[in-house]
Amino acid sequence: MIFSFDLLINAVVSGILIGGFYAAVTSGVSLSFGILDIVNIAHPAFIILGSYVAYAANSSLGLDPILTAIVMMPAFYLLGAGIYQVYYTSFEKRGQESLRGLAFFFGLLFITEVSLVLYFGVDYRYVDARYIGPSWHFGMLDIPLRILVPYLVSLLLMAALQIFLTRTFVGRAIMAVAQDQLALRLMAVDPIRIKRIAFGVSIATASLAGAFLIIIQPVEPSVGREYIGRVFAICVLGGMGSLPGTVIAAMLLGVVESLTSTFYGPSWAPAVSFGFLLLTLAVRPAGLLGR
Amino acid sequence: MRTPTFLLICLAVSAAVFAISVALGNDYIFFAGYVVMQYVVLSTAWNILGGYCGYVNFGSAAFFALGAYSTVAIYKLITENDFYRMPMPVLMLIGGVVSGVVGLGMGYLTLRLRGAFFAIATLALAVVLQTLIVNWDYVGGSRGAYIIRPEQIEPIGSYIRYLFLIMMLLAVAAVTIARLIEHSRLGYGFATIRDDELAAEASGVPTLRLKLIATTISGALMGMAGAPFPYYIGYLQPASTFGLDYAVNSIAMPLIGGTTSWVGPLMGALLLGSLQQIATVTISSAVNLLIVGCLLVVFVVIAPNGIVGLSHTYLQRKPEDFVGRRPVDADASGKVP
Repeated sequence: MIFSFDLLINAVVSGILIGGFYAAVTSGVSLSFGILDIVNIAHPAFIILGSYVAYAANSSLGLDPILTAIVMMPAFYLLGAGIYQVYYTSFEKRGQESLRGLAFFFGLLFITEVSLVLYFGVDYRYVDARYIGPSWHFGMLDIPLRILVPYLVSLLLMAALQIFLTRTFVGRAIMAVAQDQLALRLMAVDPIRIKRIAFGVSIATASLAGAFLIIIQPVEPSVGREYIGRVFAICVLGGMGSLPGTVIAAMLLGVVESLTSTFYGPSWAPAVSFGFLLLTLAVRPAGLLGR
Repeated sequence: MRTPTFLLICLAVSAAVFAISVALGNDYIFFAGYVVMQYVVLSTAWNILGGYCGYVNFGSAAFFALGAYSTVAIYKLITENDFYRMPMPVLMLIGGVVSGVVGLGMGYLTLRLRGAFFAIATLALAVVLQTLIVNWDYVGGSRGAYIIRPEQIEPIGSYIRYLFLIMMLLAVAAVTIARLIEHSRLGYGFATIRDDELAAEASGVPTLRLKLIATTISGALMGMAGAPFPYYIGYLQPASTFGLDYAVNSIAMPLIGGTTSWVGPLMGALLLGSLQQIATVTISSAVNLLIVGCLLVVFVVIAPNGIVGLSHTYLQRKPEDFVGRRPVDADASGKVP
């Protein structure tokens, strides 16, 4: 192993860029798991669904994946709101969300994945767009546009979500529903409606994250599993429900993963995120910017 | 019914099943039956932690694979150094010990946290272990490992019959252990954890110790179920051994059968396991996973207490008769519904 400065800088920069993408992937889980306390382990499956929607629109109509994803966000929002309604009436209302709610989402994960396998097959799929392929060079730095574009749009998404949560009435109600449902009810706000909106928004982000994913790498239905650990590691590490914490944790994880795969080989990279997760859970369960 | 009587009945039923399978004279029955029995063990083991304590384990595949890979490691050690061949029960014990120890360590790391964190940590564990195995060349790494199955074993005949018999005995043992736990102090302790951990802790129940016991027993049983697997499959490869289908099956089977008693996982595994074997042969293996996923979702939404719960409503018995069943109207966090 020859240690080279070039390699190090490139690994760090690509880690930060990938980290921005991880932040977009995790934002949905930060909303559902971090704020609403709904352990949506099926979130990565919805991200893959987003990837396939972008793929279908791109391969048949030649549409831009990110544009498709933005157009499809309302549909994903409705899907999320519907799922929350089922979840609420079957589990939260009865107070059984812990065990059966988890199993419910696990089942959804499986159904989504197997349906995609049956419909699209297990071949790797990819999209075409103008920014896939070329790279920018700054001295020794080498930045592929296929990673830079998702990174920038991710940061926009995170900023928009943060503004939504802190500046708008509904957003602040979402933050409040995590703290005290009864108080929210006394303010004449229906906590169930607020939670439905929040869960809808969390699934809507999956549409965009899915488009980023298929821009960055070819996708097949079971790719989502790799992201289960990653998103929860980032969510817990960043501090449950804190979007700035999510961005920091995502970039940290991106850099560590990128360094690991550059200097030790890519086969070790998956263990990094899970090692991080186990370590965080054991040492500081509140996360970096925990409330 | 007392435990020795129960055990005798189970053994008699197993002997009858084995005799009928031999009489049918088709070895395929043993191949299919082995998988069903393996799922009986896995779902019973999952239920000891998930059903009795209320802690969801998504990492069943990891414990299962640990058992399988400890067999592979020993097999390599024996064939390379020409040691004495170990009989299968010893291999199973070793697999059980390895998985049990990992279960204990994992529980120690995460069980002090809320339930959801434990669930996520088990998922994480599965991937960490898979990465370790993929990078461990001695047991084959990502290429996988071949195990040569002996043709015959005295006095049973073909080796697959022997494997089936052993797995069936393990299933009997697992069900008996689960039944024993259910009616013991340990089982009541587990039930208090499931119903209200905070109240249990406040009343002096040693919750952490009980949870550690549950993870260890559950992990050990899963490891024992995995130990003979390399001999069954012949070629062991990380991606399929750590496959999510073991995890989803060992969760779906108890939930579909009913999690409150030992009957649930047994019924769930027998029904779903046989159904899958039939679906794999007649339709396709992708479709059979879809069936499991859909059944899981339908059952948790419509019949929260599984087949056992349904049969109780049907027979007009109060479900509260069941030991340690959680009351429907109470909410652990005391939220206003």
